[in-house]
Amino acid sequence: MSPVATAPAPTDDVPVTALALETRRELYETMVLSRVFETEAERQYKAARIGGYCHLSSGQEAATVGVMHALQPDDLLVTGYRSHGFALARGTSPEAVMAELYGREDGCAHGRGGSMHILDVTRGYYGGWGIVAGQLPVATGLALALARQRKPQAVVCELGDGAVNMGAWHESLNLAALWKLPIVFLVINNEYGMGTSVARASAEPELWKRASAYRMHGERVDGDDLDAVVEVADRLLRAAREQRTPAVLEAMTYRYRGHSVADAGLAYRTKDEIAEHQVHDPIRRVRTQLREAGVAEAELGAIDKRADERVAAAVEFASASAEPRVEQLAAGMHAAGSAEQFARMRPGSPFGELALTFDAGLGA
Amino acid sequence: MSAVAERTGAARGDAAATEVMTYREALRLALREEMARDERVFVMGEEVGVFDGAYKVTAGLMQEFGEDRVRDTPIAEEGFVGAGVGAAMLGERPVVEIMTINFLVVAMDQVINHAAKIGAMFGGEVRCPLVIRTPNGAGNQLTAQHSQSFDQWFASTPGLKVVSPATPADAKGLLKAAIRDDDPVLVIENLPIYKQRGEVPLDPDFVVPIGRAQVLREGTDVTLVTHSYATVRALAVAERLASEHGVSAEVVDLRSLRPLDVETVAASVVKTNRAVCVEEGWPTYGVTAELAARIQHACFDHLDAPVERVGMAEVPLPYAKNLELAAMPSDERIAGAVLATLGRALTT
Repeated sequence: MSPVATAPAPTDDVPVTALALETRRELYETMVLSRVFETEAERQYKAARIGGYCHLSSGQEAATVGVMHALQPDDLLVTGYRSHGFALARGTSPEAVMAELYGREDGCAHGRGGSMHILDVTRGYYGGWGIVAGQLPVATGLALALARQRKPQAVVCELGDGAVNMGAWHESLNLAALWKLPIVFLVINNEYGMGTSVARASAEPELWKRASAYRMHGERVDGDDLDAVVEVADRLLRAAREQRTPAVLEAMTYRYRGHSVADAGLAYRTKDEIAEHQVHDPIRRVRTQLREAGVAEAELGAIDKRADERVAAAVEFASASAEPRVEQLAAGMHAAGSAEQFARMRPGSPFGELALTFDAGLGA
Repeated sequence: MSAVAERTGAARGDAAATEVMTYREALRLALREEMARDERVFVMGEEVGVFDGAYKVTAGLMQEFGEDRVRDTPIAEEGFVGAGVGAAMLGERPVVEIMTINFLVVAMDQVINHAAKIGAMFGGEVRCPLVIRTPNGAGNQLTAQHSQSFDQWFASTPGLKVVSPATPADAKGLLKAAIRDDDPVLVIENLPIYKQRGEVPLDPDFVVPIGRAQVLREGTDVTLVTHSYATVRALAVAERLASEHGVSAEVVDLRSLRPLDVETVAASVVKTNRAVCVEEGWPTYGVTAELAARIQHACFDHLDAPVERVGMAEVPLPYAKNLELAAMPSDERIAGAVLATLGRALTT
């Protein structure tokens, strides 16, 4: 079968989904929330209230929020480690995400995961994962389970441009196409995998084209154009749900901050380059659209203020949340009933080894 | 089921009924029973369906359960082990076959960085009831890349459970326990044991609990601590030691490597005062290294000799038959180690 024959219709055959003004306003609010949250996370990190790695997504809001808008409540999400914005766009509270960054009990992973391992199973978000491309086979398995259960849902698997050079990318795309799984691989192309540009890393820098190697539909979108992102994500997710056709969606965007908070982000690019990208900032674009549609400046200001307040409340919540209890060091690691299995492992255990309790349940 | 099956027990419905079958058939029976019991159980791997399994463990299952539940995969271990991880996270019960443990190394990222981490890293919010089945083992001139036992790599990883049956009954009971477990479990089978025969309970509810070792042979002079094929060797060596040297050796088959049943091992060593630990893997940093450390700590006042260890010679396995045999933890080397702990020399 020709890949063209199985692919969803190209963009220009389908009318662009016109976002209702109210929807655009809501998505704008989420984009602002994400930006303010990331800015605050950086501040808290530099104040040593957040540890580990902390990867920010400032500049990528249209791609993140747009795809999450197309994702239906029953659909599933898997991402890499630049995950805060996805959780917020999926509806996870800023409190749960910030508390996780703080390593507190009320965090979405009860302080066990941190910035890279945000999740919200109640919203179908099966994790931020920390190994580049490692989440692709896992997401493929979620899609396999949906197919086996004959559920009319789809999976979005987010990855960065650096992940397409891993073997797991190839194996996952092949399996998804071979088994006709309902999954969209969302490549957030922000031009750099850490400090290595796409041009220096990928022999085929038009990453969407790689889908054709699996007779899979691939498509590139301006990831800073909210309308375009919503339209294509909606179309590809519909095809995944209804026709079980997987796809690659490459969203072209740019990250304003370094790879992580620890990276100034200037060793491999110039301040001018960053400034150039900020000229067509995705949030400003939507703000202009709203203003042109008649939304009053006061209302836009109120949205900004509300985002500030929500993030401030999240910080307050995280600060007040308890640290995880040390007695629960191993809680969650094993399923109920495991303590009995491990009961006979104690004799001669390494000197000083903590007695671990498995059955002190956390979460589900 | 074996055409030449010997069956004991009044009827098939008898909970105590057993049947003599091979280790391979016992594994297949476990898969069939669990697939019949639970729709969520499905088998996935290279050549498991049309080809009937590289080692025929899954023979006939595709005809019985269909292509959706016995899923042939491309040669893509990282991909389909990861797909098993994801499917398990959504409540499926995937049983992923890896042709040999040597190829599981290709999927290490999914096993160690993903499956093993899910429970703890996500604060218990999601579980991963995945089973990976794979044989280890050497002895067929399969050479350096196909003769390895990496049991300890996995058994040293928190978040995983690792079992390693040595008998047909345990093959059935431990695989069923693994499938019913809510955590990722690695079931390490063994190439030379696939054809071994033994009595296997036919009760579909027969399971062998994870984390329980078994004394397979009682003795008073020395404890042989073993798992997988080393257990088969140890039982033969113990018979020989009894008839040729008047040595009464106890054999403790670990069955589970993580959790490790140190209690049963220690109770045996406290009785015999001597321990010889045997494995088919490389002993440096190996299963026997862990055992020796645990035994010296738990049984310090009861030991009459240093804990001995026997394992694979620390070289990549050579092809030439005589070199391969020289590298393996042979009956001779095990017997020699036992006699050494008793202060005696091997005379035959």
